[in-house]
Amino acid sequence: MRAYGIYILRRFGQFVLVVFIGINVAFLITHATPIDPVEQAIASATQFAYSEPQAVEILRQSLRELYGVEGTLWQQYVRFWTRLAVGDFGPSLSAFPAPVSALIGRALPWTIGLLTTSTLISWVLGNFLGGLAGYYRENRILKAIGIVATGLQPIPSYIMSLLVLIMFGFVWPILPISGGFQMNINTEFSFALVRSVVEHSILPVLSLVLITIGVWFIGMRSLVSNIVTEDYVLYAELAGVNRHRILTSYIMRNAMAPQLTGLTLSLGAIFNGAIITEFVFGYPGVGTLLVRAVGTGDYSLVLGITSVSIIAVATGVFIIDLVYPLIDPRVKLT
Amino acid sequence: MLSTLRDLFRYNREFAIGASLVLVIVALSVASFFSPYPAIRSYVVPPDIPPSWAYPLGTNSRGQDVFWQLSAAMRNSLLFGISVAFISRIISLAVGLTSGYLGGFADRVLMSINDSFVVIPLFPILLLFFFLMRDHMSWPLLALAMASLGWPYDARLIRSIALSLRTREFTTQSVFSGMSTRKILVEEHLPYVLPIVFATTMNNINWSIGLEVTLSVIGFTNIETPTIGTMIYWANQHTAMVAGVWWWVLAPVATVVMTFIGLFLLAVSMNEYIDPRSRLARMGA
Repeated sequence: MRAYGIYILRRFGQFVLVVFIGINVAFLITHATPIDPVEQAIASATQFAYSEPQAVEILRQSLRELYGVEGTLWQQYVRFWTRLAVGDFGPSLSAFPAPVSALIGRALPWTIGLLTTSTLISWVLGNFLGGLAGYYRENRILKAIGIVATGLQPIPSYIMSLLVLIMFGFVWPILPISGGFQMNINTEFSFALVRSVVEHSILPVLSLVLITIGVWFIGMRSLVSNIVTEDYVLYAELAGVNRHRILTSYIMRNAMAPQLTGLTLSLGAIFNGAIITEFVFGYPGVGTLLVRAVGTGDYSLVLGITSVSIIAVATGVFIIDLVYPLIDPRVKLT
Repeated sequence: MLSTLRDLFRYNREFAIGASLVLVIVALSVASFFSPYPAIRSYVVPPDIPPSWAYPLGTNSRGQDVFWQLSAAMRNSLLFGISVAFISRIISLAVGLTSGYLGGFADRVLMSINDSFVVIPLFPILLLFFFLMRDHMSWPLLALAMASLGWPYDARLIRSIALSLRTREFTTQSVFSGMSTRKILVEEHLPYVLPIVFATTMNNINWSIGLEVTLSVIGFTNIETPTIGTMIYWANQHTAMVAGVWWWVLAPVATVVMTFIGLFLLAVSMNEYIDPRSRLARMGA
C-alpha cells in the first residue's frame, strides 16, 4: 500500500508539472507576442465607425482591466494564476455579460461525454481486435482489418470527420449531422431527449473512433506477436492451458500495461482531434466554443478554454494513472 | 544503397506502396513549377467545369484549374511539413541525446518536461497563438510554433537509444581520450540515431501537414497561400459539396490521404528495416 502511495504522489507531481508548464506556455504566448490583445480588440471595435477619443480611452482602460494586462509583468503573472485558481476568467465579450466560466461549464460535459465514449470504444475494441490479430496471425478477416487499420491510422481528424460527414450527410443521409440534440425538443429529461442526444452523438463518436482505433489495433498486434514468442507462453501451451485463457490472461493482460501508458501519452492528441470533430459536426462542446471564440475575437474565452483544456487533459491522465496499478500490479509490489 | 532500395521495393510491400505514393506526390508538387497560371490568381479559366480532357480535375468556382491549384497546394503543404519536421528534429535530437547521455538527475528533469509537452493539448495553444498573431500570421512563423511543440514524442525515442549507447565501450573510450560531451554526442552518438530519426521524420511530416490542414480549413492561417488546407477552406467557403462541385473537395482530400498513407507506410517499412527483429518476426522465425 505504501508503494501505491508513493506511486500516486509521483504521478500527482507529474500532473502538477503538466499544468504548470502548460499554463506557462499559454502565459508566454499571450505576453511574448508583439500583439496587444487590447489594441486588437479596440481596432476591431472601431474599425467601421468613427469613435470619440475619450470613448476609446475608456474602452482601453476597461479592456486592460478585463484582460489583466495592468501592472508589471510579475503582477500580471501572479494575477494570471490567481484567476485560474478561482476559476474566474472574466466575462465573455462575444456573449456579454455571461462569464467565461459559465460558458465553459455548459460546454464541458458534452466534450467529456464525447471523449469518454469514443476513447473507451476505440481503446477496448482496438486492443481486443489487435490482440486477436497478433495471436491468430493467419486469420483472413483479421488480416483484412489490419490493412484497413493501417490505412486509417495516419488520417487526421478533420479529413476523417469530413469523410464521415460526406458519407452520412450527402451520400446516405440517415443520421443527424449537426448539433447536440434536436432543436425543437423539450429539454426536460425524457426518453425522446436521450434518444436525440444519442443519435446526434453517433457520427462524432464514429469519426473519433475511426481516427484512433488503428493506433490501438496496430500497437496491440505487434505487442502480442512479441509476447507470443515468450517462454512462459510456450510453457503454458505445453502444459495444456486452454488457448482462450492463454490469450486473455497470459498475453493480453501483459500487453495492456504499455497500451494504457500509450493512452495517457496520446490523451492530448485525442483532445486535439475532438476539438475539430466537434466543430465539423457543430457539437455543443468546448471545441466548437473555442473555434467560435477565436472567430469572434473573444480573448477571455480563448484563454479560458486553453487553460481549462490543459487542466482537463492533465486530470484525465492522472485518473488513468490512478487505475493503472489494477492492470500492472508491479507498481504496488515494488 | 541503390541495391538496398531495389530489394526493399521488391520484397517489402509496404515500402513499395509507400514509396510509389510519395513519388506521385513529389511529382505532383514538382509539376507546380510548370503551371501555366500563377497559383494565387483567380478567374483564369471558366468556373465550375467538371473534370474533362481540357481540365483533368475540373475547375473551381473561383475560376482556377483544380489540377494546377492542387499541385501548388501540395508543394506548399509538403514544404511546410518538411520544415516543421526539420526544425523539430533538431530540438528532439538535442533533448534526446543530452538526456540519454547525461542520465541521472538531468535525465529525469528533461524527461518530466518532455512528458508534460507530450500531454499538453497543442491545438488550443496553437489557436491562442493564431488569435494573438492574426494578420501577422505567416507560414514560417506557424512552422516555428509547431516545431517548438512537436518534438517531445521523438525526443523520448532518441533518448532510449542514447541511453544504451552510453554504456557502450566506444563511449567510454571517447571520454577517456578527452572528447568533449558535445563532440561525443555529435560525432559518436548522432550517427547511431540518424536512421530512426529519418523514420520519425515521415511521421512528423504527417503530423504537421495534418495540423496545417486542420488549422487552415477553419480559416486560422494565412489563407491566401494555396495549401491543401486552404484549398479545402475555399471549397467550403463556396459550399462546393452542396453546389455539386465535388471535384473541388475530392481532389485535395484524396491527395492528402494518399500523402498520409504513403509517408506512414514508408516510416513503417523504414522502422522494420532498421530493426531487423520485426523482419524476422515477419518471416516467422
